[in-house]
Amino acid sequence: MALRSAPPAALALAALALAGCAAGEGGSGQGPFARYPAKLSTWGLFTGELASHIPAAGVEPYGLNTALFSDYALKFRFVRLPEGPGGDVRPALYREEGPFEFPVGTVISKTFAYPADFRVPEEGLQPLETRLLVHEEDGWVGLPYIWNAELTDADLAIVGGPLEVSWIDAEGARIEHTYRVPNANQCKTCHRTDGERVLPIGPQAAQLNRNFVFTEADGSTLSENQLERWRRTGFLEGAPPAAEAPRAPVWNAGRTGSVDERARTWLDINCAHCHNLKGSGRTSGLDLRKGHRNRTRLGVYKHPVAAGQGTGDRLYGVVPGKPDESILVYRMESTHPGIMMPELGRGLVDVESVALIRQWILEMEPRPEA
Amino acid sequence: MKQHTLCTAVCLLALSACAKEDATLRPGDNDHRTLQEALLTAEPGAVIELAAGRFELDATLSLDVEGVTVRGQGMDETILDFSSQAPGTGGEGLLATADDFTVEDLAVENTRGDGIKVEGTTGAAFRSVRVEWTNGPDTNNGAYGLYPVQVTNVLIEDSRVRGASDAGIYVGQSANVVVRRNEVWENVAGIEIENTTGADVYGNRAHGNTGGLLVFSLPELPVKDGRDARVYDNDITDNNLPNFGKEGAIVSTIPAGSGIIVMASDNVELFENRIHHNQNSNLAVISYLSTGRTYNDPGYDPYTEGVYIHDNEFVGGGEGPNGDFADAFVALAGGAFPDIVWDGVSNPDKLVEGEVPADLRLYIENNGDADFVNLDLGSVFTGGEPKVSTDLAAHQGSLPAVPQPVDLGAATGGAP
Repeated sequence: MALRSAPPAALALAALALAGCAAGEGGSGQGPFARYPAKLSTWGLFTGELASHIPAAGVEPYGLNTALFSDYALKFRFVRLPEGPGGDVRPALYREEGPFEFPVGTVISKTFAYPADFRVPEEGLQPLETRLLVHEEDGWVGLPYIWNAELTDADLAIVGGPLEVSWIDAEGARIEHTYRVPNANQCKTCHRTDGERVLPIGPQAAQLNRNFVFTEADGSTLSENQLERWRRTGFLEGAPPAAEAPRAPVWNAGRTGSVDERARTWLDINCAHCHNLKGSGRTSGLDLRKGHRNRTRLGVYKHPVAAGQGTGDRLYGVVPGKPDESILVYRMESTHPGIMMPELGRGLVDVESVALIRQWILEMEPRPEA
Repeated sequence: MKQHTLCTAVCLLALSACAKEDATLRPGDNDHRTLQEALLTAEPGAVIELAAGRFELDATLSLDVEGVTVRGQGMDETILDFSSQAPGTGGEGLLATADDFTVEDLAVENTRGDGIKVEGTTGAAFRSVRVEWTNGPDTNNGAYGLYPVQVTNVLIEDSRVRGASDAGIYVGQSANVVVRRNEVWENVAGIEIENTTGADVYGNRAHGNTGGLLVFSLPELPVKDGRDARVYDNDITDNNLPNFGKEGAIVSTIPAGSGIIVMASDNVELFENRIHHNQNSNLAVISYLSTGRTYNDPGYDPYTEGVYIHDNEFVGGGEGPNGDFADAFVALAGGAFPDIVWDGVSNPDKLVEGEVPADLRLYIENNGDADFVNLDLGSVFTGGEPKVSTDLAAHQGSLPAVPQPVDLGAATGGAP
């Protein structure tokens, strides 16, 4: 598989750096960010009209079983692996848990977009921002790009910022919303999942173990399991057949898992990047990763620590059978900056997911000693 | 990536062209962008100087570059105003996640969540900073004013915090901490030292809070068992404000009128403090068990062991006992709370021939005419009758090994 040779020539980059130095327009190109392209197009991830997101050769689109909620934005994900010495793609290394080990030089791209009308979500898509995770020699770097008004390109915007957006939701209601692009530090806040290193979150075996409709070079489409395809194309090394790999349920598809399985997966992808034993939420003692059964660490009858007003006058993180007495639900249902969880990346309530977590708490066994 | 290696030399040139004097930032059209960009692009060790004036900030500011100083022109001159903070932009005013961070000579006002948080670093100095919720005590104010958590080497000095719905100055799960010469008022808790090892807390004024100064160790946290605190030369006065914390948080259980409370922390020395007119109790030493709160944490030690209270000045206070301990006391003995209240709970597993070992005892001496009560709740917990005692004789003496002064080294100015 031929890789499109990666973006900018040295001269172009230097010019960008200098331009950024003078202007600081949109917060691009200063300090540690001076080395990065000011335009998304420079990365060469897509061919044709940029906003169409047609992946260039060597760029793979992918999807997840259960994704982070981002104010109902649709997300379009791509990964490009670097070339090895022989010109072949350098594969990612399979891991059964946690993100795959991607080689230095990997670029992961995620575009956030709203359709004009969620009743026809494939039409009138307007990209807002594209976040890159770039694997450098000394670790991963997060770069936010904001699309220009003409949708011809996106500009590096390390300070992020507010964007006014509007759409018609699935029920036909007009929504007006101030969407917030995170700043480059906030990339780290979420992605520094082990408290030390910035890491990808989504591309892990259980999340990728699903079918995706790929459009081939000749325009034909092919529905294929992503793990199988990555094995087949040399993107992934050391992976078992998809049937033997873990598979996360789809949070809102009942046939894919029990309420407990779907809720735990939802909490894992929406909360556990901070709320694990090492991430930035570790100081609370709350551990919302899937796969463990320590109820106290899940918040069950656990007192809050630093929640402040975020307790909502409730005594415990989770009270089995009582979602309305559980702090977890209170904070998911809030859009107050001092109360809401997650703190970053949403300004709206994820109504459908709240319903799932409510159901999970409602069905939870009370503690034997209670 | 290859192209970056190629361009390194050229880019370095470009960078050096970029390197500029530490220019002073001024309030303007888009204060968040101005400040956040400076924080993102700062070189390690940079000083970010803020002009006098009011910066209107609609989003959290975050810093992840080592050794940066953010400096204003004074806590009443340079004001970071977070009144318009929007959802989804973060839970605090300023968040620092890099080592050797210093913030000084500025104010942070009206954050929707916490004021200034430093998380998981080595070296944090807060100097002459004011954090204030200008509407005064309100349940809907943010939780903490100055908030280092899991930080080694913390200096908080000459700062002022008002209106926090949890603790004005909160040091959590940290080590090597100096908190000195601060003023905290109209918070639920003035100063809280929690699950922290090695803290010198002195020269502070805590007044008009619900509780003045707390030295706590709480369960179900990754860093447990706080110890080695020296609390001295503080003025802890008139902390009688009705509790305005949201239920659920530990501080919301603190009775109004609490001067100093030591709970489940070990090896604590309290001396030469002036503890006046705290109407529930001037000074209480209790185990976590006495809160009645349940926990599931086998590694947690709920007992308060090794406390040395000496040479303090007690005036007034205890005249309006309220809360659970007070109820117990009134039921058992009645009247005003003595100056020093001990729940009388010791770890039964550590008794040697029925006695608490010398290094785990409560010692009280040279506190003027301060009176004392041992509520003996330990007997209540084991189903017995409490033997309430006001006898100080059993508490004569001093800790065999008092906590050592905290040495912060050079990184934060060599305090104390």
